[in-house]
Amino acid sequence: MRGALAPSLARPRISRVRLRENVDAYVFIAPWLIGFVCLTAGPMLASVVLSLSDWDLLNPLRLIGPGNFVEAVKDDLFWLSLYNTAYYTFVSVPLHLVAALGAALILNMRLRWINYYRTMVYLPSITPSVASAFLWMWIFNPDFGLANAAMDLLHLPHSMWIWDPDMAKPSLILMGLWTIGPQMVILLGGLQSVPESLYEAAAVDGAGLWHKFRHITLPMLSPIVFLCLVISLIRSFQVFNLAYIMTQGGPANATLFYVLYLYRTAWESLRMGYASALAWILFLVILAFTLLQWRLSRRWVYYEGELKR
Amino acid sequence: MSAPATAAPIAAAQRRTRPNVGHLVAHAALALISAVALVPIAWMTSTALKAKGTELEWPIQWIPNPIVWDNFVRAHTILPFATYYKNTLTIAVLATVGAVLTSSMAGFAFARLRFVGRGPLFMLVLATMMLPSIVTLIPTYIIWRNLGAIDTFAPLIVPSWLASSSGGFSSAFAIFLMRQFFMTLPHDLDDAARVDGASSYRIYWQILLPLCVPALAIVGIFSFVEHWNEFLGPLIYLNSDSMRTAAIGLALGSGTFRNTYNYIMAVAFTMTMPIVLIFFSAQRYFMKGIVMTGMAGR
Repeated sequence: MRGALAPSLARPRISRVRLRENVDAYVFIAPWLIGFVCLTAGPMLASVVLSLSDWDLLNPLRLIGPGNFVEAVKDDLFWLSLYNTAYYTFVSVPLHLVAALGAALILNMRLRWINYYRTMVYLPSITPSVASAFLWMWIFNPDFGLANAAMDLLHLPHSMWIWDPDMAKPSLILMGLWTIGPQMVILLGGLQSVPESLYEAAAVDGAGLWHKFRHITLPMLSPIVFLCLVISLIRSFQVFNLAYIMTQGGPANATLFYVLYLYRTAWESLRMGYASALAWILFLVILAFTLLQWRLSRRWVYYEGELKR
Repeated sequence: MSAPATAAPIAAAQRRTRPNVGHLVAHAALALISAVALVPIAWMTSTALKAKGTELEWPIQWIPNPIVWDNFVRAHTILPFATYYKNTLTIAVLATVGAVLTSSMAGFAFARLRFVGRGPLFMLVLATMMLPSIVTLIPTYIIWRNLGAIDTFAPLIVPSWLASSSGGFSSAFAIFLMRQFFMTLPHDLDDAARVDGASSYRIYWQILLPLCVPALAIVGIFSFVEHWNEFLGPLIYLNSDSMRTAAIGLALGSGTFRNTYNYIMAVAFTMTMPIVLIFFSAQRYFMKGIVMTGMAGR
């Protein structure tokens, strides 16, 4: 459709019109291109050099080769923060996804007041992360907090929550359930784009609720579920705000997450080289898991377009 | 109801065979989920209005008695929150103007103009969507430091003017969203204008952009909200007290409140309210934007 105009109209001086369009296009993308070079690609290259050097911002930068990476391998806090982050990620990502999917399935029903329910379930997700960090610190307060009041209600013993080394990570994961809104809305959008005719056809064949879910809903939803998994894995590997505000990495380093450790290395110890090495290691870890997800996705993600090919 | 003719009998049949037990269970589940969602917000509000000391009563008193509006005044004057909010607003507004302008420019080019490298460059945009921001954080900080921009708003605003991500706001997503929207507009619009001799700039600014208001609203809302909430960026770039944003002001100044949760919750409340207002006044755009994120997976 688009090609139709240019050749018919501009054949005599095609090169000039095309040149003009090219110049215009690059003017339009210039801000992005400059941003990409100066704030993404350039810094990424620079951070390779930084990761191979020793620099405290004050004295001249000193290239030291792979020393930072060797140090990381021997650094207990590096391993601990990686473990904490992996724990947080691999528990919270699937858990939040299942919760969001469950909520989306119920919220996709044709019920009275359904729009009010959707709004209410989404509302917590718009709370600024700093506000919600303080709110949940107060909720988790062992003596006067809402969390232990809820435990009373359920006849369960009180907990120290984020102040208990064993409970700190589970507490933060639990808190994350409060903000499943965006995932829920994305999944809901996916559910609503599943053609009704598929369900009707299945109903004619006598399929029950479970069969419809398993053989229609899940396959049709799988590209969106996959996207949710990829995005939330990248995000939760970089968890920072909660630990910085609520626990300062404690108790007993139980919530010393990777980016918190990186932040301290860079901005408290002023070890820019080592922190850059840490950033690259995290990047490679995230990249590895993202690629792994792509690999595995071939087995379970169903793209409608594939049928046509 | 304007339901399709085929759906109505099926729905009716389902209603007959399966009485409303399912719906009742669903309503119960939804009521429970909604309660879990709302109770913490109610608790924040209630705490913010309690007299100092009564927030520690056990069992919990849900209705504050007396109601102390003064908490809000005190909380926001003990620390200079007027300044903090002015700073937050300045950053969020200026960054949002930039994000809307530059992402729509790039989106227009990717959707409407044919140029060498369009495909690969757009792939690059999508790739940056997956890039963990942490890997560019330190070098970017060093760049701004060399430019003498530490303790100014520049590092928090300028990236948005270069269609670059800052904090939670993904500019790659904004460009993608704008491109998708431009693609839905009929090409006859550009073609007719070009026959009349209009330049690409006029087509963008006078013809297509006015039709993009829904997409611009989505990008604008998300940019504003993310910049309002942004934490790590201001934490790194802003040092002096007078430059702090509300989020940083509360996070770094909470010690001043000496664990008086009435004050802390009062600040948390005022920090949340503008976002709640935006959410309710533009709920349609809000939800649309999030659903669009899902479209990226298709």
